[in-house]
Amino acid sequence: MVRFNESGPWLGEEGPDSDVVVSSRVRLARNLDGIPFVNRASDADRNEVVGMVRRTPLFATDGGSLRWIEMSDLDECDRQQLVERHLVSKQFAESSAARGVGVSEDESLSVMVNEEDHLRIQTLWTGSALSRAHEKVSAINQELESHLDFAFNPRWGFLTACPTNVGCGVRFSVMLHLPALRITDELERVRRSAKDLNLAVRGFHGEGTESTGDFFQISNQITLGISEEDLLQAFAEDVVPRLVDYERSARQLLLGKKLCTLEDRVHRAHGILSNARMLEANEAINLLSRVRLGVSLGLLESTSIQEVHRLLLHVQPAHLSALKNVALENDESTRVARASLVRGVLAST
Amino acid sequence: MHKCDLCDKSAVLHDLVLEGSQWKPVHLCEDHARAQGYPGSGEATGTGQPVAEIPRTGKRKRLAACETCGLTLALFRRKGLLGCAECYRAFEPHLEPLIGRAQGGATYHCGHVPLQKEAHIDRRMSRIRLLKELNDAVSSEQYERAARIRDDLQSLEQKIEVEKD
Repeated sequence: MVRFNESGPWLGEEGPDSDVVVSSRVRLARNLDGIPFVNRASDADRNEVVGMVRRTPLFATDGGSLRWIEMSDLDECDRQQLVERHLVSKQFAESSAARGVGVSEDESLSVMVNEEDHLRIQTLWTGSALSRAHEKVSAINQELESHLDFAFNPRWGFLTACPTNVGCGVRFSVMLHLPALRITDELERVRRSAKDLNLAVRGFHGEGTESTGDFFQISNQITLGISEEDLLQAFAEDVVPRLVDYERSARQLLLGKKLCTLEDRVHRAHGILSNARMLEANEAINLLSRVRLGVSLGLLESTSIQEVHRLLLHVQPAHLSALKNVALENDESTRVARASLVRGVLAST
Repeated sequence: MHKCDLCDKSAVLHDLVLEGSQWKPVHLCEDHARAQGYPGSGEATGTGQPVAEIPRTGKRKRLAACETCGLTLALFRRKGLLGCAECYRAFEPHLEPLIGRAQGGATYHCGHVPLQKEAHIDRRMSRIRLLKELNDAVSSEQYERAARIRDDLQSLEQKIEVEKD
């Protein structure tokens, strides 16, 4: 069984603009030169990739900054916990091929080996912190580059299994909490603007997932013909502040014109969470989203953003299973355990 | 045979386009393919068209395959994933418009170059520059200058060959 911190860095301390920006992530896609991409690789190829990556100083037993987690050593609950902590993708956790992930002590850095590409290097930070996350991912990339030969061609840049990820192979993304835009029916406008700006809008757990609790991941789709630095500047200094402003304006509008409705929504959610005897995971996340809005706007002072973030992680199936020793499946005892966990935190505050 | 997505005619062009994060098949008749800006619609593959197409004779064209990993164009079209670095060379005419559309028109990398490749990339860029200069010198009948450039070019190409080995 893998031992995790109580909560990942993306849920820990409050970061810049954390009223709207839950977390920031930067991810690089890289492949090793001369070895087939993962979807055409043999077991021997995949094992070779694992071996080459693990021989870099990042994984050195003495002084290395990453600990290696072999996916085949994990049970289903541990694999799913890695997904819930955003350290690996769902697709990565579900595959049985030779693969593993390197994770730093504070979980702000992870290197997936043999996902869609040989390496997916990512940093994850709380709040709006793309520059900080990019600095860290660049440093790790530089260190890996001095030991590994990455597949690259002058025209297409870094070569990736999916041809639409070529170029600098970087994905900047932020997880935004946009409840006020949902209430004011402006989410569709935001989605359209995002599409016009070549941005992808995804759900709580990234690609192929729906939005739960009004949490959205926004990321760049363009990776070619522009440098990482220019992409970062456009994303961090223009796109993210603009989206944060939209949400804040919608919140101010609601505070000015629909204060009672907003207060009712927040306190009703807090009331249910503090008293319910059974809770579904999605129901808990949706209610916690409302509580988070209330805390951000100062309408609810009995809890904090960090407390809400911790609960957002712990109510998910694998974390709940590990914490309360209940089944992963959504049965009655799981729902009872979830409600008890939430009550224990919120009813006592 | 597929019908055109936009009318009842038979489709002659078959493509994959990226919608959000999903690859979506597109089937168009000759008229609609032309109207949507596909170059050379209705002609055989390998002429800069984005995808392999079924020719009007109804027989399938022999599809390209990567000699290094064995991935066929048909399999790439189905899965949306390339098999190795060499696939980019093998399928370049097909990838060019596909990547261009997904990348807002960009078809050249700009930015970070891995440490090990820097010298090699510099030489390739120099080669392109020298070729252009050679062309200019020959066009303007500056044959002595052209001979010097040719010598520089040969020496550079030898270095590139050595690096390849």
